[in-house]
Amino acid sequence: MELEIPDTDVDGWTVVAASGEIDVATAPALRDRLTDLVEAGSTRLVVDLEDVDFIDSTGLGVLVGGVRRARAEDGDLRLVCTNTRILKVFEATGLHEVFTIGSTVDDAVASEAQ
Amino acid sequence: MAEIVLEIPPRLDYLAVVRLVVATAASLDPPLPDSRLDDLRLAVTEACSNAIKAHRPEAADQPVVISCHLDEDLFRVQIRDRGPGFDPDALTRLPAPTDPNRLQHESGLGIPLIKVLTDDVTFEPAGDGTIVSMTLKRPTAPPI
Repeated sequence: MELEIPDTDVDGWTVVAASGEIDVATAPALRDRLTDLVEAGSTRLVVDLEDVDFIDSTGLGVLVGGVRRARAEDGDLRLVCTNTRILKVFEATGLHEVFTIGSTVDDAVASEAQ
Repeated sequence: MAEIVLEIPPRLDYLAVVRLVVATAASLDPPLPDSRLDDLRLAVTEACSNAIKAHRPEAADQPVVISCHLDEDLFRVQIRDRGPGFDPDALTRLPAPTDPNRLQHESGLGIPLIKVLTDDVTFEPAGDGTIVSMTLKRPTAPPI
């Protein structure tokens, strides 16, 4: 998995772009990034999954932890994803009901919160 | 029936190799459809990840064994670890996605995912470990 550095800012939302495979071996880097951002005060986060072609339960857990930490600080963590392969995993676990998932970054930040 | 056996060290950085090998085996004629290959890659990752994490430290020099069995109608992959074993039915049930308490749980999705993504899965004690057997129907298969 790769993380785009630096993160970008869109309308006050910090966008973290991930790519490649997010699994138990690579997810800790994403967890660290999201935790660091929230602790630094960036509590409105968008994780762009458009270039991610695989995610496992550990990766999903990292996103769940991220949204919990963000919402605890009155923020949110939203996702960008149009890849049916990845969306299928969110639907299989019911997590599509937890996250606001947009088709673009603009769509994600403009969406109503879940 | 053909069989393909892969042995890996109990290390998480080998998961990508496992995905590649198992998906390649399942692509042999008659290949699983792409959507089922995705299911297989994820199910194998979850099972293999559990196997690696359960592997006893004193057995670190022994491999996690992944074997693919290609029958005419079925693709079966078995993953054998050397862990203490577990009862998949005794796992904590996660709160519903709409329950605010759902966010307190970052783990616990692996086994439910395996059950959803495969056509059949069994967890059996085997000597000093556990064998997880996952089956997916190949395109020519009748209903299980």
